[in-house]
Amino acid sequence: MSEAIQTTKSSKSTSSRLAVGELIRSPAMGAFVGMILVFCIFAAFGYHRNFLTLGGIANWMNFASTIGIVAIPVGFLMIAGELDISVGAMMPASAMTLGVLSGHFELPIALGMIITFGVAALVGLVNGLLVTRTKVPSFIVTLATLFAVGGLTLTLSVIFVDRPQVAYYAPDWAKALFGDRYFGFRAAVFWWLLLTGVFFFVLHKSPWGNWIFAVGGDQESARNAGIPTNRLKISLFVLCSVCTAFAGMCQVIQFNSAQSATNFPLIFNTIIACVVGGVVLTGGFGTLVGIFFGTMTLGIVQQGIGYTEIDRNLSSLIIGVMLLLAVLMNGTFQKLATSWSTGKKED
Amino acid sequence: MSEEKPVLELCNVDKSFGPIDVLHNINLSVKAGEVLCLLGDNGAGKSTLIKTMAGVHAPTNGELLMDGKPVSFRGPKAAQEAGIACVHQFGGTFPLMSISRSFFAGVEPTKGWGPFKVFDRKKANEIAVHEVRNFGITRIDDGDRLVGGLSGGERQSLAIARAVYFGARVLILDEPTAALGVKQSAHVLRIVNEAKSRGLAVIFITHQVMHALAVGDHFAVLIRGGIAADFKKGEKSREEITDLMAGGESMADLEAQINVSA
Ligand SMILES: Nc1ncnc2c1ncn2[C@@H]1O[C@H](COP(=O)(O)OP(=O)(O)OP(=O)(O)O)[C@@H](O)[C@H]1O
Ligand SMILES: [Mg+2]
Repeated sequence: MSEAIQTTKSSKSTSSRLAVGELIRSPAMGAFVGMILVFCIFAAFGYHRNFLTLGGIANWMNFASTIGIVAIPVGFLMIAGELDISVGAMMPASAMTLGVLSGHFELPIALGMIITFGVAALVGLVNGLLVTRTKVPSFIVTLATLFAVGGLTLTLSVIFVDRPQVAYYAPDWAKALFGDRYFGFRAAVFWWLLLTGVFFFVLHKSPWGNWIFAVGGDQESARNAGIPTNRLKISLFVLCSVCTAFAGMCQVIQFNSAQSATNFPLIFNTIIACVVGGVVLTGGFGTLVGIFFGTMTLGIVQQGIGYTEIDRNLSSLIIGVMLLLAVLMNGTFQKLATSWSTGKKED
Repeated sequence: MSEEKPVLELCNVDKSFGPIDVLHNINLSVKAGEVLCLLGDNGAGKSTLIKTMAGVHAPTNGELLMDGKPVSFRGPKAAQEAGIACVHQFGGTFPLMSISRSFFAGVEPTKGWGPFKVFDRKKANEIAVHEVRNFGITRIDDGDRLVGGLSGGERQSLAIARAVYFGARVLILDEPTAALGVKQSAHVLRIVNEAKSRGLAVIFITHQVMHALAVGDHFAVLIRGGIAADFKKGEKSREEITDLMAGGESMADLEAQINVSA
């Protein structure tokens, strides 16, 4: 009996059969099917209105890119069991910071961007420290910082530039990197795709990704397993603010101006993208591919609708219905996934 | 297996959370190849005591000795590295994670180099499945399955298998048989005996006298945060132990109360 505890080579290799099963039961599958469905319906209603042209696709992809860059770290936080709604204020705050520094005070853009990232990291740090130290739910903490940062942005804008907005013309190289269009697609779209690839690796392949799932699944057990749960959460909040700042700066560079009004739709859009993408609101489950598809779906419904014969006013209704369906489906997928052990016998 | 020095020893340990004193003046020790049963009523402080040993809480006063040398753990990870593995009450697994990812949470095996180190799923699956099967859960043959699909006993076995795999010297189990059926409990008890025969020091918390008597070499009873009794196997009768576990009240009295209220 005593040798039983020792490690020896496993007698059985176990990775062959999962591919298909895992795919079908994956929550990303639901998000993918949902997106294809929405795409097909919209394509049918939009065929004569250029929905399927490059311009039509670029239109909603451009819209989705901003949401997508923010939705990824918001999704990470959701998987870790937290929420960040301060992104709605972080985006204009970072846009204004860059606009004021490099536009009004004419600092070199690289310096302006570095300072803006620093400010964003600071806000993320405050969010993270408040959440981990006080144990107040992150919804409340980031609701507070949403308004605090929003108010501060407006006040400081008026102090520095006398107006709630500022114009800024970035140098050509910055425009080319962050603001130009290529085949109709904004640079942010390519950044979004790149970040999706990088963060896919982080979430699903790196040990750090495993910690995110563990913390969201059972924080106490994760801590007992030696995972630095507080440090992990703080880094996630910092990541979220920094990514939001990046998206905000891309917008300034493209549109040559920054606004200081809080971006409330961004809050809802990022959460919707994650939930439609199969992230479990209570944490512990979600996929990056799902978040990506969720964001695309949102882009099609909110923006692509202008290229179809569907009434634009219906987009909110469609999103509401989709959100409900997604939450219900997520539950089903989870049940399927966890009951795999019993279901497999009959396969 | 006759080392004189205890593997783990607590000297005059106190623990309070702010104004709440939970543990007072605890002296306890456990040797290699010995099972220490920690008994006591709900809220007596058993979980708090083992959390102090496992690096989750730092003792307010007093010290921990390992092999006779004072140690202080900065966190659960430090305790784990020193060879103390712990399965906490109600915990240890993540329902929505795969078996192998749950098994290796916090100590993921990686392959690759530099920033491109990736979670080695194949290796993790092989080890996790092998370890769990060794504890008799032969129904598990796929490390990619989600933990949520396992029964309570299987999850407990997964958590214990993990602790045994990573914890070289001291194995702490907080109520591992609570909520388990007769067969699964017997299974856990067999794991305890296996670990013991491999020379591990085991600390085992339970509310069931039967389970304690089945594996214990040494018993300590906590009442309201203090050690009320500390004795070896065979020194006390089953009835005496039961009375101590009920917090010092005799079982006969308790039975009388039950009958009055009925
Ligand atoms: N973090 C904490 N802060 C404040 N009080 C605590 C904390 N943890 C435990 N306590 C208190 O310490 C006492 C002992 O709790 P503990 O969990 O150690 O009991 P236990 O013996 O394990 O009980 P059970 O048999 O129910 O598991 C309880 O009164 C509890 O309220
Ligand atoms: Mg307890």
